[in-house]
Amino acid sequence: MSTPESDPTPEEHESETDFDPAGVFEDPTEMDLRPGADSCYKCSTCDTSCPVAEVDDDFPGPKFQGPEQWRLKQGDDQDIDPSITDCSNCMRCDNACPSSVPLSQMHNTARGEYVEGQAPSLWNAEDSLAEGEYREALTYLRDVPSEVSIEFLRNRVLSNYGTLAGLGSKVPRLANLVMGNRITSWANDRFFGIPSERDFPEFADRTFREWWRERGGPKVEREDKRVAYFHGDYSNYNTPEVAKAMVRVYEHFGYEIRVPTQRCSGTPMFANGMLRDARRAAAVNITNLSEFVDRGYDVIASCTSCSMALRQEYPELFDFEGTREVSIHTYEALEYLRIHEDLEEELGESKADFPDLAYHAPCHARNQGLDRQAIELFGELDSVAVEDVGDSCSGISGTYGWKSEKYEKSMEIGGEMFEHMKDAQGETGLTECPTCAMQMGHGTGYDIRHPLEVLEAALVD
Amino acid sequence: MAISDDVLVIGGGLAGVSSALAAAQEGVRVRLISHKKSTLRNASGLIDLLGYADGELVADPFEAIPVLPEGHPYERVGIEAIRGGFSLFDEAVGASYLGAHTDRNALVPTYGGTVKPTARYPVSTAAGLASDSRSTLLVGFEGLSAFDAPLAAEHLQAADVPFDVHGVSIAFPKRFRSDATAMRFARALDRDEPAENGESHTRDVLVETVKAHLDGAERVGFPALLGEDTPEEVRGSLESALGVDVFEVPMGPPSLPGLRLEDRLYEALDEAGVRVTTGNPVAEFDTENGRITTVYTDRGGQRVPFEASEVVLATGGLVGKGIGSNRKGVYEPVFDCYVSHPEERSEWSREGAFDDHPFARFGVSVDRDMQPLDAEESAEYGNLRAAGSVLGGYDLANEKSGSGVSIATGYAAGRAAGEHA
Repeated sequence: MSTPESDPTPEEHESETDFDPAGVFEDPTEMDLRPGADSCYKCSTCDTSCPVAEVDDDFPGPKFQGPEQWRLKQGDDQDIDPSITDCSNCMRCDNACPSSVPLSQMHNTARGEYVEGQAPSLWNAEDSLAEGEYREALTYLRDVPSEVSIEFLRNRVLSNYGTLAGLGSKVPRLANLVMGNRITSWANDRFFGIPSERDFPEFADRTFREWWRERGGPKVEREDKRVAYFHGDYSNYNTPEVAKAMVRVYEHFGYEIRVPTQRCSGTPMFANGMLRDARRAAAVNITNLSEFVDRGYDVIASCTSCSMALRQEYPELFDFEGTREVSIHTYEALEYLRIHEDLEEELGESKADFPDLAYHAPCHARNQGLDRQAIELFGELDSVAVEDVGDSCSGISGTYGWKSEKYEKSMEIGGEMFEHMKDAQGETGLTECPTCAMQMGHGTGYDIRHPLEVLEAALVD
Repeated sequence: MAISDDVLVIGGGLAGVSSALAAAQEGVRVRLISHKKSTLRNASGLIDLLGYADGELVADPFEAIPVLPEGHPYERVGIEAIRGGFSLFDEAVGASYLGAHTDRNALVPTYGGTVKPTARYPVSTAAGLASDSRSTLLVGFEGLSAFDAPLAAEHLQAADVPFDVHGVSIAFPKRFRSDATAMRFARALDRDEPAENGESHTRDVLVETVKAHLDGAERVGFPALLGEDTPEEVRGSLESALGVDVFEVPMGPPSLPGLRLEDRLYEALDEAGVRVTTGNPVAEFDTENGRITTVYTDRGGQRVPFEASEVVLATGGLVGKGIGSNRKGVYEPVFDCYVSHPEERSEWSREGAFDDHPFARFGVSVDRDMQPLDAEESAEYGNLRAAGSVLGGYDLANEKSGSGVSIATGYAAGRAAGEHA
């Protein structure tokens, strides 16, 4: 890759500027949010792109939550405004800002700080436990009940879906029976703030990792084409067919696949301000994925929120060794094939036995530049009609729509998408994001599939 | 492998969209990449061509263009491309814009109470033209500080418009947070939400309040917030209830006419089969024999490759960050095309805020085929063209020529790229 040699490159232009009136930190790091706050010129484009602000008149919007709240916080006794917990973390504001203000990074740090303040004794107790200081942990624990609210507990449980799912999928039939039960659902709504309107996603009889183990791991081994698969919790516990499709499609193209030990990407934890949980999960993921990246593997995610977390949120929030390396070697599953294989040519020559589809681009696909790729690619596939249902948000935003107090708003945000899905020719939905898929199914009753499943149907015998 | 197309347009504003549409007309495969969501939503939605020349109001841009200096983007593309670009624009926006019936400028009242000479205007502003002599009432809303209707009316009167104009500030029928944007007002009108009093609806209460101030006015102007999804219906229902014509006064960002224009143009891109990729900036590129072969976008350090045989640079000017500057110099950040500027920084600007500033003309110079030229005046790359405010040699703010230059140069660059691809 080259930039012209005759003139100084743009990077050199930049580096020639030593004068930095905004540098207030002695040791500026990437986590310094001051330059971001300074870059905001108040055009309000972020506010006009915010799906929550569109339906919630009390929500002050991303411009306040980000640069303005950051600036207010520089004063002495300003607390984070509770409205930060109404942000759904769809991250559309990032994609809207013409001035590259790191809005979602600002929201994540503010929300983390707010939630930290909701349960200081609990966090202290957990820290003490981790360090083996049991007596100290006990003294902290005494104050926990007076600090921790049901809402906090609910949010923590929602954030740690993977842990719950890990237990549930040990006894999938029983778990599905209990979670699908009307009484469970009523009690959840009444006492825990989880809307009874929603159906819990069913656990698969056999997780993807079980299938992978029984299969004996990879069927292809080679040095020049190798990927490490980050399946995430959902396609492990709930939709292993998506993960299996990934395996079959990638092996079709001759890739060696490895499935590293992994935890939740952290997306629901970020959205609920549970940054400590996210940090622990990220530490495991970065350590394990780094090992593969160092050996020449690229990381592939089939969920756009997982790839978003690894690519953007990790480097914005954490500084573990290897964070940046993992980030720049992570790709979304279709994107990677599109860059490295002639996917369009192959699709142009194939036929798929698949129903016509109504496609919704997840918000988290947008920042990654992926919101149009499924429509573009499947345009080559004559046997299946794939229609875009517009650029609105589905409204669920991971755990946002799983809270009773947010349920109505979540459905109102999703209204436009439901309508467009019904107008579309196909009566099956298509999306990369597991929670968007829940919302699409919930609002229309359609079956929802993943682009990898379409690829599998088209390319794999 | 890379993601591969015939023509790659970099930039999602008016120039980029015009380039992409023009290239697509040549029957080739076109991709438009833009860093973020389009900033058209920050624009007034008015499409100017040439409003002022040498500080004088221009009545007919097509008479003033032939005498523009050498190097001005209009001189580079020529009259034929300007007309071609505007036909392309007219086709893309359809009946939502007016002004194509004449070469002459229309005069549209602005929210500051000035009149803006413009070549095309949204249909929602049509009843407000300053050449129309009907008496006018301007209505502003308390809390929406960007539009002070009584002040705007006074300014218009002082500018000797040929009609009586009064302004009034009223409370919007429904109350919002004090920092609510125009979009919130627009949605209340779209959905005709219940008014603050709980008994009637937004539109009815608005009509009743305005009626009391009408006092014989033959038309009523509101800030541009009459509906986001259904502006025609909102305006129509207000007109029939008030019994007079209703128009919108274009506003600053976030601007509904700009947003509606963005929607129209991106629909036109879809219809033309243009592929659109947004979210990441262009960071690097490969060349071979003086031609650009691959352009890479940057995702936090990761590179995504896009191949094309022809490339159009439409990244905007100093405000849009298509032209950068620092204490050492002025540069074009994507391909580092040559940007002519005085070495001494003190010579970039003049003393007075409204003086004739050299920096306003900073940008890339091009030949008549829209190819950026280096310091020796030869083409920077064999397959690169530039369009819109990344170009130098004109002062869009003083001339009121920003939209027209983007449309005309976008058309010329896109068509040439499409022909060569």
